[in-house]
Amino acid sequence: MSSADRFRTPSGGRIDRARRHGFTFDGRPYEGVAGDTLASALLANGVHLTGRSFKYHRPRGILAAGSEEPNALVTVSRDAARVTPNLRATQVELYDGLSAESQNRWPSLQRDFGRINDRLSAFFPAGFYYKTFMWPKTAWKALYEPLIRRAAGLGRAPTQADPDRYAQRYAHCDVLVVGAGPAGIAAALAAADGGARVILCDETAEFGGSLLSESNALIDGQPASAWVHTAIASLAKSGRVTLLARTTAFGYFPHNLVGLNQRLSDHLPRPPESQPRERLWQVRARSVVLATGAIERPLVFPGNDRPGILLASAAHTYLNRYGVRVGRRAVVVTAGDEAYQAALDLNAAGVAIAAVADLRSEAVGALPDAVRRAGIEVLPGSTVLGTDGELRVNAITLGRVQGGTVHAGQRVACDSVLMSGGFTPSVHLFSQSRGKLKWHDELKAFVPGSSAERECSAGACRGVCDLADVLADGAAAGAAAAPQPNHAQRRFDVDAPKRRSGAYLGILPQAEAPSSDKSFVDWQHDVTTRDLGLATREGFRSIEHVKRYTTTGMATDQGKTSNLNAMAIVAKHLDVAVPQVGLTTFRMPYTPVTFGSMAGISRGDLFDPVRTTPTHSWAAAKGAVFENVGLWKRARYFPRGGEDMHAAVARECRAVRDACGIFDASTLGKIEVVGPDAVEFMNRMYVNNWSTLGVGRSRYGILLREDGFVFDDGVVARTGADRFHVTTTTGGAPRVLALMEDYRQTEWPDLEVWLTSTTEQWAVIALQGPNARRVLETLVEEIDISAAAWPHMSVGRGRICGVPMLLFRVSFTGELGFEINVPADFGLAVWETVYAAGQAHGITEYGTETMHVLRAEKGYIIVGQDTDGTVTPDDAGLAWAIGKNKADFVGKRSLERPSMKAATRRQLVGLRTKDPRIVLEEGAQVAAMPGQKPPMELIGHVTSSYASSVLGHSIALAVIAGGRARLGQTLYVPMPGGDLAVEVAAPVFYDPAGARINA
Amino acid sequence: MLLIACPYCGERPEIEFSYGGQAHLARPPQPSQLDDQAWAEFLYMRSNTRGVYAERWRHSRGCGQFFNALRDTTTDHFLAVYKRDEAQPALSSEGRPPSEAHEPPAPRERSP
Amino acid sequence: MSKQSFSGLSLIWRSLSKHRGWQTQWRKPEPKARYDAVIVGGGGHGLGAAYYLAKEHGLTNIAVLEKGWIGGGNTGRNTTIIRSNYLFNESAALYDHSVKLWENLSQALNYNVMFSPRGVMMLAHTVHDIQVFKRHVHANRCNGVDNEWLDPVQAKEFCPPLNIEDNIRYPVLGAALQRRGGTARHDAVAWGYARAADALGVDIIENCEVTGIRRNAGGAVEALETSRGVIHSPKVGVSAAGHTSVIMALAGVHVPLESYPLQALVSEPVKPIFPCVVMSNTIHAYISQSDKGELVIGAGTDAYTSYTQRGALHVNTHTLDAICELFPNFRRLRMLRNWGGIVDVTPDRSPIIAKTPVPGLYVNCGWGTGGFKATPGSAHVFAWTIARDEPHPINAPFTIERFRDGYLIDEAAAAAVAH
Repeated sequence: MSSADRFRTPSGGRIDRARRHGFTFDGRPYEGVAGDTLASALLANGVHLTGRSFKYHRPRGILAAGSEEPNALVTVSRDAARVTPNLRATQVELYDGLSAESQNRWPSLQRDFGRINDRLSAFFPAGFYYKTFMWPKTAWKALYEPLIRRAAGLGRAPTQADPDRYAQRYAHCDVLVVGAGPAGIAAALAAADGGARVILCDETAEFGGSLLSESNALIDGQPASAWVHTAIASLAKSGRVTLLARTTAFGYFPHNLVGLNQRLSDHLPRPPESQPRERLWQVRARSVVLATGAIERPLVFPGNDRPGILLASAAHTYLNRYGVRVGRRAVVVTAGDEAYQAALDLNAAGVAIAAVADLRSEAVGALPDAVRRAGIEVLPGSTVLGTDGELRVNAITLGRVQGGTVHAGQRVACDSVLMSGGFTPSVHLFSQSRGKLKWHDELKAFVPGSSAERECSAGACRGVCDLADVLADGAAAGAAAAPQPNHAQRRFDVDAPKRRSGAYLGILPQAEAPSSDKSFVDWQHDVTTRDLGLATREGFRSIEHVKRYTTTGMATDQGKTSNLNAMAIVAKHLDVAVPQVGLTTFRMPYTPVTFGSMAGISRGDLFDPVRTTPTHSWAAAKGAVFENVGLWKRARYFPRGGEDMHAAVARECRAVRDACGIFDASTLGKIEVVGPDAVEFMNRMYVNNWSTLGVGRSRYGILLREDGFVFDDGVVARTGADRFHVTTTTGGAPRVLALMEDYRQTEWPDLEVWLTSTTEQWAVIALQGPNARRVLETLVEEIDISAAAWPHMSVGRGRICGVPMLLFRVSFTGELGFEINVPADFGLAVWETVYAAGQAHGITEYGTETMHVLRAEKGYIIVGQDTDGTVTPDDAGLAWAIGKNKADFVGKRSLERPSMKAATRRQLVGLRTKDPRIVLEEGAQVAAMPGQKPPMELIGHVTSSYASSVLGHSIALAVIAGGRARLGQTLYVPMPGGDLAVEVAAPVFYDPAGARINA
Repeated sequence: MLLIACPYCGERPEIEFSYGGQAHLARPPQPSQLDDQAWAEFLYMRSNTRGVYAERWRHSRGCGQFFNALRDTTTDHFLAVYKRDEAQPALSSEGRPPSEAHEPPAPRERSP
Repeated sequence: MSKQSFSGLSLIWRSLSKHRGWQTQWRKPEPKARYDAVIVGGGGHGLGAAYYLAKEHGLTNIAVLEKGWIGGGNTGRNTTIIRSNYLFNESAALYDHSVKLWENLSQALNYNVMFSPRGVMMLAHTVHDIQVFKRHVHANRCNGVDNEWLDPVQAKEFCPPLNIEDNIRYPVLGAALQRRGGTARHDAVAWGYARAADALGVDIIENCEVTGIRRNAGGAVEALETSRGVIHSPKVGVSAAGHTSVIMALAGVHVPLESYPLQALVSEPVKPIFPCVVMSNTIHAYISQSDKGELVIGAGTDAYTSYTQRGALHVNTHTLDAICELFPNFRRLRMLRNWGGIVDVTPDRSPIIAKTPVPGLYVNCGWGTGGFKATPGSAHVFAWTIARDEPHPINAPFTIERFRDGYLIDEAAAAAVAH
């Protein structure tokens, strides 16, 4: 053992002294060993000062040994991108080359200018910021808030994107055991005995929990840690048990879903590239056993926060698990027997125990006697009046409590104070599961009462303290949880001294004139007893109010070492029993969980599925620019030779109207409606009268919501006596099918009709333009598509290039048009064949932007753009589509409401700008009066707006109040640069008579 | 994520389902006969029960079927699930359906 | 009762006596048998309404009844976003009325509610988003509400951690920014209104659950049965968010509400890194950084109605995967705490602030996921409605009857927005 880690014991512990790891802390090099945490390694080197407190910047040391640590928060940097702030040094596993920094101090940990806050602390009581910073008004945002924000926060967020990967997994099991201490291991053994598939998880690297610090117990004849090894080995061999170390169960969700976060690589010096850093497990367990143990409570007394003041069980753990002496001369202050074992072990390891100050009036029993026999002074009826020391505690002032009065005691020199106020059962997950807690008077803590899920708590987390009882408790829980309750119970032979537990809550008894030193309740948020007093004085009575006002329990440790003391102090101020104060709500996560772990693989290409059409690769090769339409990628335009969108769209539009365009419409939703009652079903769903639609014909259909507003639209074809091919908008497809199924299944189950989504089964190739028929007639088989034989809106089955085809004569452009539907797998081949055939006829590929312009020239609406969920068919000028004399359809009744027929409703019209070169902005508002100042009277807005290269002027569609009665009127579009004059026109700009579409 | 017992498929996780709102709201057979107030009640009023709520779910990423459930909205625990054509189960005074251990059917084997 | 003044000087002064001189911020009186008006619901909207009733309408013999601890419902659980960039005139007027009150609230209440107008930026990820947000920008400009369009580079200048790479699944195509929007400290709003109302004589009665509403022979409100006795009052204003349906049913009044869980979460605190509020509707997440340093993150509601104040894990994983895509530097930060509330949602996702069919009974509800921002404005017009027995012009359109008549104010339909 080198002199560097001079507080390391020569032997013992779960560490490997032969494997030395170098690390740096705040730039200084140190050495630790394999098995250390950063905290144990620092302590081994005699380093206690690890941080500065949040508000007062007081020097702080390590308080605990586990995830409940409130002080020692560090930033660990693997490289420039892999920087992780706010880690607890007690949970950072040491590796060779680890680099860690303390936080929230400047310029250094030893000399922090922020310490001035401690001197000025009188001005910073709890909630001080609510009372001030209000003058002058603008100073809050400009001055005070930035200062507060700079002072707040702990570590710094990383400045680069996180390169690490995170995985996710779902798992099912019969029994999930949370916590692999004695109770958890016993439960897992018993459950496995009962044939259960078990998952056993523990937040630390090694299973065993408190047994890893246990020096004085034999289980089945073995020392505790050896028994752990045997037990885990047998669990591993059983084939039914999944063992998850470094895995925190962080959340308990309804129906026994438990969230686990597994840390895979933070402990490795050089993690493999391919390995995820963490894995999120979502475990659905038939039964859950919570064996989450208990957390020791610190004591509240003046000056209880100096470096070197730790929890007694932490010091015990550092010794027995990590081979570290926390100091040279310690004073133990305790409310129960457990700390006596720590005193004995530390003493045996060479730490001078100056005294054991027992808060109980008597210190009797096997352990206190053993301590006395070891020559250590035991002082019953003690209290603590204060401590001394700047960057390290150097003395503690004890007092004596006699007959209810506090007498001065002695000032004892020491470099460590080990405190124990009893153990608080960890009921976080139990509470998250919505189980009811009950107060345990002897433990002075809450323990699980009635469960809300199929779950059982075992061991220290439900207040069972004695080791033999803990093991039996765990075994019983595991056996009961197994699917086949096992009557041959596991038994454990335990040889351990009996311990008398003790518990203390609240401020230790103080003298008449108490010390002016601060007594801390919540270390991380610097909440003192004075703050709690102030809160209750100011009328904050509910524990939730006290918490929010003082911020006690709201730090990153979520009050693990502070909540109960805070409650007790508040109870005293309010003069009620502790349980009456109430408990703040336990919420997930138990300890913080990395965002990346929650996000898992949902990033980059896997963030959302990408849906592509059959011609996607062809379009990409042609240099198409794509847009996202829901999950789909659609070609928006096909720029040639450096064209911008405007130029490309202008060219594509002219090409369609002059010759022929080809467009991929495969994303449109398609639903097959089949059955003897298909017509009746369609009549009830859509506004149209489908009875009059013959086989081989199609019609533009409109679907409303029951409240009367347009929900979706599309061409509907009658492909057989008992079947329809219904098309929907791209985005609306799943919603339309869902709506249809809702009615079909739950309103009209007597109708014989079935619905099938065929959106992905059909590729849809739109061919639009005066040459469309010429391109198609050489390729189509079995259908006579001549003008005479096949008028507009015809539908039929045939073949194209030998491939089965459903052909529509339909147009969204206003030109002669067809939509070729072929099975999707043939989509690309048919497209390429049509494209080749079209070369002689000037065929041009076009995208969604051109599609938008062309349809707008004809005044065809796009649901979701020209409508917004507040538009009726009549508003959109589509009342003609509603079937006459239909008794009912979805939405019909709502259309009868007076508001739905008001003349002032916003109606679809066209707008022509006075200056035809000006293209209105989509979303621009429309006013009847020019020159208004805000708030203006507005009568509508522009829904679609384009420059029309075909027409040579801008066009726009808009919804305007009473629009149809305003044809010819001049209205105004107020823009930042002034009003734009527009004239209301019919919403058809191109070929209103429809000659071209009927060619 | 809730675990929901589809009456056709057995227990499946919540993400396989869509929520269908309050159950047993039959669309009036003759909407034209209702006044605006009554029609608005059908369209918009829901009991929004704090307690045992009869509601619909659809196994949209499974069998696609709508079914009904009784769920306690103060605990999110299901008391019963029942098919569309089954009557709403009566609950005992403890709020439990009379049929003991309403075990959903074993999940069907999924084909590869 | 006088109210001690809060100021830097008074803080220094009282520090001399170790802060022992501070009075309770609001009294804990026993409920009287009779008041001139009672507000049911001690959240921000309810406490604020009581304050304005006393301050502006001279009604001081009034009480606020709160089932638990004041501000313990959605007021204490929201993500504190304040903005008024809504589409329809009616909404813009209501929310901007609120923003104007926010701008002076700390001074009016002599309580630092920490209103921080640091800007709310709404991201557009698709062509549809651009159309929708530009429509908002135009409408807001014409309504006198600030809202401006930014291109992606400008958006990143305003919010440096924002990822504007075009290789993510839904790249940022632009953003609409309301500079006057921002955040405030939610608890302080409840406490500030409570203290100010209390100073004007309002009784704030906590741990008092309303279990019945008594009406006289004419059908008008007469008294409330509560867990702390019967309280008579001719005017009752119900401001109970997710529990509104339960309370209104006591008077036989049906309001079209459904109560859903809404979750939010915070990260561990870090030094200042996020200067504004960013919202993305397409990828469902919104984020800001509190003055304590925590990133405050939220999304949409869970899918089913519930009063449990908790929701599903997968809602959080979806929210965080969106946050990590937009702000890849945050992927290593950690979720510290997650919680939930109960939001009452109307069919058009706009609130109801109105008289009810029961004379003397008024209701303020249906704020869904967007109630916090409206706290002062809502409280103000609700108080007006109660005091004068008729709505203020600003809340006049937000009636219960609009659903029957079809005059919906459907912000969500218009924009597919989660507030």
